[in-house]
Amino acid sequence: MASRDFSHRLSDAHGSLRKPVSLSRRLHIDIPLLVLLLVLAAVGLGVLYSASGGDMNYVRRQSIFMCVAFVGMFIVAQIPLDFYRRWSPWAYLAGCALLVGVLFFGTKAMGAQRWLEIGGFRFQPSEVMKLGVPMAVAAYLHQRRLPPSLTTVIGALAIVAIPAALIVRQPDLGTSILIAASGLFALYLAGLSWKMISAAAMALLVAAYPIWHWGLHDYQRQRILTLLNPDDDRFGAGWNIFNSKAAIGSGGVYGKGYLQGTQSQLDFLPESHTDFIIAVLSEEWGMRGALLLLLLYVLIIARGIYISFMAQHVFGRLLAGSITLTFFVYVFVNIGMVTGLLPVVGVPLPVISYGGTSLITLMAGFGLLMAVGTERRRVHF
Amino acid sequence: MPHDYHLKDPHTEQRLFRNRMLVALVGVIFLLGVLVARFYNLQVVNYEDYRTQSDENRIQVRPVAPTRGLIYDRNGILLADNRASYNLSIVRERVRDMDVTLELIGNLVRLDENDVTKFQKRLKRRRPYEPVPLRFRLNEDEIARISVNQFRMPGVSVEAELVRYYSLGDLFAHSVGYVGRISDRDLSNFTEDDVRRYRGTRSIGKVGLERSYEDLLLGEVGYENVEINARGRVLRVLERQDPKPGSDLVLNLDAQLQQVASDALGDRRGAVVAIDVNSGGVLAFVSKPSFDPNLFVTGISFADYRALSDSLDVPLFNRAVQGQYPPGSTLKPLMGLGGLQAGIITRESTVKDPGFYKLPNDPRIYRDHVRWGHGEKVDLIQAMAQSCDVYFWDMAHRWDIDDMHSIASHFGLGTKTGVDLPMERSGLFPSRDWKRGARGMPWFPGDSLNAVLGQGFVLATPLQLAVMTATIANRGTHYRPQMVKSINGVEQPPEILHNLEARPDHWDLVFEGMEAVVNHRTGTGKRAGKDLDFRVAGKSGTAQVVGIAQGERYDSEALQERHRDHALFVAFAPVDNPRIAVSVLVENGEGGGKVAAPVARELFAEWMSRPQLEPQKTADTTYLSEGAGNG
Repeated sequence: MASRDFSHRLSDAHGSLRKPVSLSRRLHIDIPLLVLLLVLAAVGLGVLYSASGGDMNYVRRQSIFMCVAFVGMFIVAQIPLDFYRRWSPWAYLAGCALLVGVLFFGTKAMGAQRWLEIGGFRFQPSEVMKLGVPMAVAAYLHQRRLPPSLTTVIGALAIVAIPAALIVRQPDLGTSILIAASGLFALYLAGLSWKMISAAAMALLVAAYPIWHWGLHDYQRQRILTLLNPDDDRFGAGWNIFNSKAAIGSGGVYGKGYLQGTQSQLDFLPESHTDFIIAVLSEEWGMRGALLLLLLYVLIIARGIYISFMAQHVFGRLLAGSITLTFFVYVFVNIGMVTGLLPVVGVPLPVISYGGTSLITLMAGFGLLMAVGTERRRVHF
Repeated sequence: MPHDYHLKDPHTEQRLFRNRMLVALVGVIFLLGVLVARFYNLQVVNYEDYRTQSDENRIQVRPVAPTRGLIYDRNGILLADNRASYNLSIVRERVRDMDVTLELIGNLVRLDENDVTKFQKRLKRRRPYEPVPLRFRLNEDEIARISVNQFRMPGVSVEAELVRYYSLGDLFAHSVGYVGRISDRDLSNFTEDDVRRYRGTRSIGKVGLERSYEDLLLGEVGYENVEINARGRVLRVLERQDPKPGSDLVLNLDAQLQQVASDALGDRRGAVVAIDVNSGGVLAFVSKPSFDPNLFVTGISFADYRALSDSLDVPLFNRAVQGQYPPGSTLKPLMGLGGLQAGIITRESTVKDPGFYKLPNDPRIYRDHVRWGHGEKVDLIQAMAQSCDVYFWDMAHRWDIDDMHSIASHFGLGTKTGVDLPMERSGLFPSRDWKRGARGMPWFPGDSLNAVLGQGFVLATPLQLAVMTATIANRGTHYRPQMVKSINGVEQPPEILHNLEARPDHWDLVFEGMEAVVNHRTGTGKRAGKDLDFRVAGKSGTAQVVGIAQGERYDSEALQERHRDHALFVAFAPVDNPRIAVSVLVENGEGGGKVAAPVARELFAEWMSRPQLEPQKTADTTYLSEGAGNG
């Protein structure tokens, strides 16, 4: 403890000696990240306006969500990393408790039991765990020698497995996998040995057959089969993919023009304002628009990686790295699914898709990134 | 918890992290490459395919049904109209619970089992967003009840459709006919072009002019490219090729004359056909009993159809073109002309009529319908006026049957008249060849005796008799009978099938005889000219329905009503400038002169009461030029 405090003070002293403390540093804001997120949010509102068929209600509500999410991000960024590190085990345990609560007292909707209702307010504990799990793993590994020993790995895996198992039961395989991935990223970045990684990959390959037969719901198997041969069932399970591919493909390089996408404007595209929103953008703005959006994401990821590189401590480093990689996974899974590369799992496109909950979690994650990024420069009074 | 910070090496840890992150970055870049490649594949490589798919999604070609041509009588009275009919339809995907909805509808409008079963069947064949009809022909009251309650029944709507309406009901059922829903049988006869033309059309001409002029009445289907959304709702029309409406028909038929003819026939079974002597245009065309053609338009109910098809009076049977009856004595003027032309008889020829006739070397006795005979010296005029059978038997015996057949053919007997109506029957006038072929027997002299009186093998439709009479009336010009006068305003020229060359004095003689039938003191058809201020010429006929055994006397009382003789009468008027020829058949009416002639009289009275309606421009010139040729 003492040695770390000393080094902090040392670097802070250097910083404060060289130049006056900037406003962004005082407020713990990472300017490049903020600018990129604001651009992304603006693009999101623009596409949403088109995807919702010009319905300003959606845009207005999403704007409110965005304001709340940005404010949340600022608040998250203000809290010292050390606080997160110390409190993450408790947050993690509380999250697990809530997940257990969901299984018993959860509200059902669309065949799944994912929500807790407290005083008329509905929320998904699995959302909380999107940040809770990587934080807990990072905090756990922070205290261990790295690269992790086998015992450490087993401990980390347990931290990942418990919430993942609880979420699978809801059932929500997609979220469960994403949450597990965020924890595993932290473990991987901490130096999990390649031997173990390949062993796990082998095990997964061996387990593929039993998982296919006993581990998946019928609809999940159907989605994967649909992916392999979407034209088989054009008007049934393949409808979404068929139409989103037609939307994207017919956009060509230059697109049909803003608000001119026939697939989306004529309702051929299902969930055009949520999970399939990139199909709207790709149809109306063409490949140029799609690649520009990808570039925006790449810049955000690059900034995240930069922040993780600059982090002074294991906790911040692992947390920032994990959040950044998970963010990329979100982007990849969503676009992969809409373009027909991956099975249809309900993963929204970060910041662009309509919806408040996922946006708030996402921005809180960026708040953490900013907290990591400004930790080094934290001014102690 | 053990804090082993002393074992931690911040630099190794950082290096380890950076290496791991760089490996991950390679993965990220690779996966980004996959996404970029995917976009390239979709939006550049397969752009054309997806463009097409997207357009196919969006644009649907919809047929636009043409409006069916209208049918008018000669004075512009609308006989077949298109009227909006309101149907109740349901869009399946918008209905939450079909049973509940059907029950709700059942409380508002009349729904029978049949409607619901047919609806369920249709429901299976249509896409979920397509409206499926449940009830046709809603009345005002039902429409109102549905619209008031519409908010409670999502997916239920009232749709308008143009359907055929026959404003004069049963009056023109056998001429104009009717349309009905396109049946599976219709479909199986469709050519590829038909399939195209009937896209969007639900009905097709089934009988009558509706059937024979189907091609013209139908029109040409149009198309529109419409933009639809995923639920099949039409959002806008991108392009439209208008349908070409069907041609309008104006008929030679005269609604007023038709009404008079129908009324004159009354409740009796029979047929009346009136023809314009100078063009072959059919002025009246009645077959009774009739039926309401409107019943068939949107599909007749089983009960209604059973009532029509099971009726002993066969109302669906078109007696005027399908009914083949022995024409009886109505053939006598024609036979007289033939005999004169063939030189068998002359104006002066007389025959002694004792009330019966015997062929030489034949014990059989042919009885005249007047038991005591018509006198010592019966000539042609008298033989026609009093319908003396013996005179004609004597003539037939001396006459060659094939010559008789030939002149009958010139007047249109034994062949279809070629009228523009479907399902016409040809009737029959026998010849030696026919008998050998059909019966495998030689021609007997007795056969000629039957033939000359329109009995035995001879069969004719009421239309054929009208054509025959008109051909006599205009002295030999045999026109094809035509129901349709003009198509889309273009007059249909009269069509001459045959011109009979005969000596004018022979025609005069035939006219004289027929005039005597109506006007002579002893004429059998006096009722045809009663109280008319112009002269009518005609001929009565009586056709045996049941053969009378040799030596037995005809006793109508002893016979079932349906076994009684058919009453026939043919006539034209006025004699000095014939304009209208009429044939009347009353089934089981017994006396042609007594029952059928008064019907003809009503038609003449009606038609001649308004000569100004009959300019006869084209028809007259045709007649005159042909007449000159004949003279």
